[in-house]
Amino acid sequence: MAVYVWIEQFKGKASPASWEALGQGRAIANALGIPLTALVFGQGVDALATEAVHYGADKVIAADDSTLADYRLEPYAALLGKLVQEEDPQVVLAAATSRGRELLAAAAFDADAPLLADVLTLDVSDGALRASRAVYGGRLLSDVRAAAGRTQFVTLRVRAFRALPPDTTRQGEVRRVAPTLAEEAIAVKIEGFEVAAGEVSLTDAAIVVAGGRAVGSAEGFAPLRELAAVLGAALGASRAAVDAGYISYEHQVGQTGKVVSPDLYIACGISGAVQHQAGMRSSRVIVAINKDPEAPIFKLARYGIVGDLFQVVPALTAELKKRLGKG
Amino acid sequence: MHIVVGTRSTPDTAARLEVTPDGRVDRGDAPLVINPWDEYAVEEALLRAGASGGAVTVLALGPEEHQEALKHALAMGADRAIRLWDDAWTGLDSRGYAAAFAAAVRHLGDVDLVIFGKEAADEASDTHIFQTARALGWTLFSAVARIVALESGRIRVEQLLEEGRQLAAGPLPAVISVLRGINEPRYPSFIGIRKAARAEVPVWDGAALGLSLPAPAIQVTGLRLPPTREGTCEIIGGDTVEAQAATLVEKLLAEKVI
Repeated sequence: MAVYVWIEQFKGKASPASWEALGQGRAIANALGIPLTALVFGQGVDALATEAVHYGADKVIAADDSTLADYRLEPYAALLGKLVQEEDPQVVLAAATSRGRELLAAAAFDADAPLLADVLTLDVSDGALRASRAVYGGRLLSDVRAAAGRTQFVTLRVRAFRALPPDTTRQGEVRRVAPTLAEEAIAVKIEGFEVAAGEVSLTDAAIVVAGGRAVGSAEGFAPLRELAAVLGAALGASRAAVDAGYISYEHQVGQTGKVVSPDLYIACGISGAVQHQAGMRSSRVIVAINKDPEAPIFKLARYGIVGDLFQVVPALTAELKKRLGKG
Repeated sequence: MHIVVGTRSTPDTAARLEVTPDGRVDRGDAPLVINPWDEYAVEEALLRAGASGGAVTVLALGPEEHQEALKHALAMGADRAIRLWDDAWTGLDSRGYAAAFAAAVRHLGDVDLVIFGKEAADEASDTHIFQTARALGWTLFSAVARIVALESGRIRVEQLLEEGRQLAAGPLPAVISVLRGINEPRYPSFIGIRKAARAEVPVWDGAALGLSLPAPAIQVTGLRLPPTREGTCEIIGGDTVEAQAATLVEKLLAEKVI
């Protein structure tokens, strides 16, 4: 018996959310009194395996092969499925990223086992897992439980759990396993990847600066970009700003965009329609900057400034440069 | 080319929701609409089938209320709609959904591509999509921002992942989930709406599909409203924007979020 945590990597680097999953895995393993095993699949993953131990794993199962270099569902699910079948872990965790959601859904189906997807909280009670999920665009919370007695799969909402601080003195056993599928048996080929340059990923970001219709134009995002640069923040947008063509869809936060849970969400010129709230209401601290004191965003915000974003945002950038010593 | 779209009805995204004393969702008098992601799936199916002289079948798994989404898809121009439901399926989980949906796709027989919207907005879930691909044993591409090519038994797609855009290819038949922005969904035409209103939507049940589903392994034990944030906003005043900015930065430093 063990708690497994799948460590997601892209070009050999772990996704930050994987360490959050490992941190929660540690808590679950401790509660169940069983070891915590990190699963590292990729090519050239020695450093990742060591890192996984530093972030809390007791053991690592590493598969190092060219067929696993880029994530693909077929070889990853085949290998995970084989490990689950042979070793019968009690729990399998992963971050609820694009790849994590897909992989654990497939592996759970193959194992005829339950999956609690994209959970906000997770704890153990009488050996069974209990979790809560945001449903209906975050307008409701649902408490869920998986039937005990089989491997239980769980994906964790990105940024809803905390990674442990890495401890470089920790030691753990690394076991190597071979991939289960040869390249000829894998139907899907990755033909290219265009990495979004120089930008912080929205879902991983600790701070998000977002703009709405009132930004007014593509150029209008310039002061928001400057504020984001000073804070090391990702740039978000409301659907209205995306539909108006001010910024691309990748930046959309909300019901038909991305769901983010940063420590700080600065909403600039966003009225805060319920569809936008669906993507950001679990942010820890929300700041609203809006001309209209009646805008619904102020009902969600912790701090508000009623004013013109084109005056407030540059003033905020200047103040932050001064205070954070980045001037 | 025969394309299947998986859809469902969800409460209007602006609906104010409450929880009934027996723990169910009360959407008041808000209407049911097609799941907001699914309009893109229907539109993509219509575009692709149109280009190849193919057909579009829409499937919704669930009780009567899911008729709404099917009618919307028919009004947009889908050729055929079928609802999958059996009273014995009440409370089914994503594995049950996948088994039933896959059985229906196999029953149709000649399907090349299944398209879903990115997720079901009500249950905030995409698990059923991935598990349907697994139940069929077909290629899966999620988070598709663009179909680059769909020909000669292969599909090439651009996917939007956390780090950027991935170009990937694989064989048909396949299951894909699509994002907003892949197309601009059409509005149903007047004639389309009239046609859809008159259309008979058959229901396929467990017997029709030769199916008995596994007992659900996930149990929902409670449904509740999230803690409210209303009334906690502190409006930052000041004589100048510089003063307001200084006060706000002070607060954010104290909150340890910057």
